[in-house]
Amino acid sequence: MSQETREAILLRPKLSRTEQGARFFFLACAFVALGQMVLIMLFLLGEAGGLFKTANFFDFLFSTEWYPTYEPPEFGAAALIVGSLAVTFFSSLLAAPIGLGLAVFLACLAGKSREWIKPAVELMAGVPSVVLGFLGLVVLAPFMVDVLGLPTGLNVLNASLILALMAIPSIASLGEDALSATPRQIQDASYALGATRWETIWRVTMPASMSGLSTAVILGLGRALGETLVVLMVAGGAAQIPGSLFDSVRPLTATLAAEMGETAIGSPHYHALFALGVVLFFLTLGFNLLAHYLGQKWRSR
Amino acid sequence: MRKIGVWAFCLGGLLVFLASCGPSDTGSGSGSGAPLDRPRGETVRVSGSTTLLPITLKAVEEYLKENPAEIVTVSGTGTGEGVKSLIDGVVDLAAASRELKPAEEKRAREKGLTLTGHVVARDALAVIVHKDNPVQALTMAQLRGIYLGAIRDWSEVGGEARLITAINRDSSSGTFEMWVEKVLLGQKHRPDAQVQSSSGAVAYAVAGNRHAIGYVGLGFLDGQVKTIAIDGTRATLATVTEGSYAISRPLFIFSRADASSSARRFLGYLLGSEGQGLLAAEGFAPAGD
Repeated sequence: MSQETREAILLRPKLSRTEQGARFFFLACAFVALGQMVLIMLFLLGEAGGLFKTANFFDFLFSTEWYPTYEPPEFGAAALIVGSLAVTFFSSLLAAPIGLGLAVFLACLAGKSREWIKPAVELMAGVPSVVLGFLGLVVLAPFMVDVLGLPTGLNVLNASLILALMAIPSIASLGEDALSATPRQIQDASYALGATRWETIWRVTMPASMSGLSTAVILGLGRALGETLVVLMVAGGAAQIPGSLFDSVRPLTATLAAEMGETAIGSPHYHALFALGVVLFFLTLGFNLLAHYLGQKWRSR
Repeated sequence: MRKIGVWAFCLGGLLVFLASCGPSDTGSGSGSGAPLDRPRGETVRVSGSTTLLPITLKAVEEYLKENPAEIVTVSGTGTGEGVKSLIDGVVDLAAASRELKPAEEKRAREKGLTLTGHVVARDALAVIVHKDNPVQALTMAQLRGIYLGAIRDWSEVGGEARLITAINRDSSSGTFEMWVEKVLLGQKHRPDAQVQSSSGAVAYAVAGNRHAIGYVGLGFLDGQVKTIAIDGTRATLATVTEGSYAISRPLFIFSRADASSSARRFLGYLLGSEGQGLLAAEGFAPAGD
């Protein structure tokens, strides 16, 4: 492209019809995404609102009594919320260090072996959650009962282990992208100053890509929080605040999946399940905002 | 060349977008059954209890094979909705897992209707434990104690020293509703009771855990688990049919006095030998009387 045409484009005050059309099209695409987001939210809030004609908002958030089909029904979601947070927290304790370690290995240390480890990690990310859930059900759960002598193998620990297995590839993959994006020059500069490989990774490469790494971890956690099938299969489904890693819990997603199918439309129970959906929506939103915030914070340094 | 590319891209995107927001007509019907585009008079509409849904669907399938001219639609809405629809004349038959409530009888009377209940089957819940669990029998009070949380160890009911893991069905199921009514007498179950979302999953969980206790319909007893006698009676087709097993209940089909002849024919099929045979094959006990 010559200098003249470039200036002509930059200076031309009106866009051509073609470009206007294209511009309009992409704008419309953006609004479709935004619009469906807003509509989903309105729908969720509208359906959930029906619950609070008969139930108290604070009871819903802070009571642990979830007996939706009793007479009278009780809709206390606290145990379900704690259940969701518990499996997410404990899976992150495992998934974050291993996922980030894997990312560092792939980005900085692997060399030739990266060629087959990377596809293997991506393959693991593609394993359907029902397969992993089944693994938890038929391998981990009997193991916990037989070897550890627990009264049940369907508990926080089992769910956390399986969720961690799901989150590790996501964290590793996103984390590796972030580490690889670190400018080559600053690593070279670090070596030139006499830093060892370890010092370079720990003091230079990782801090430089901190925004991407924290995003990777938070998005991995978001996946664990929203995961439904695994927790439905291996968390045990008891609506209680867990006292230990070996207690059963019932996360929000599992409750929705187990109860939505046979609930009469328009009943308080139906509205209560939508209210759980709203809670889940805001928890996920919180995680995404946190990822965004951390990304911004580290980037500005 | 470049212009064409941009337009082709936009057009393609537009097509995808239009395709995705076109009217979707899959899954909008309720339940399953025959198409609805025939004259209404011939259609038999059944709705109600989800407990009866699987066998009603099975029966409809067989019935339509023999009577291709008939149209039967089935939906599982829960007993309350089903009876309400029957009184409002929206359906012809209502499947119910209980007798009519006084309020429902009153509503029907106000509309000048007579509803007749036909017992189509008896539903029962067998109490199951792991094959190696030495406990053979429990009293109803012990069973209730286990599920309410008062009894926490098998040694308290004559078994090994081992914590009890109680397993429930999901709270929306007819099975759970019956359990609360017949065993828990409406009281809240212990909060640490586990939940499985199908009877098959309950049987699987109990078969693999020596601590566990659960309950399933008769159709799910397959030798992988042990059935416990309750108050001296074990759940079998015979004890359920004769009514001596405690955790059982009759299942009804309610009809209106002004039911169409097609509705009567289908009801007759369900109560006749063929229909009863299908019920037995699905693990329900026949109506008996």
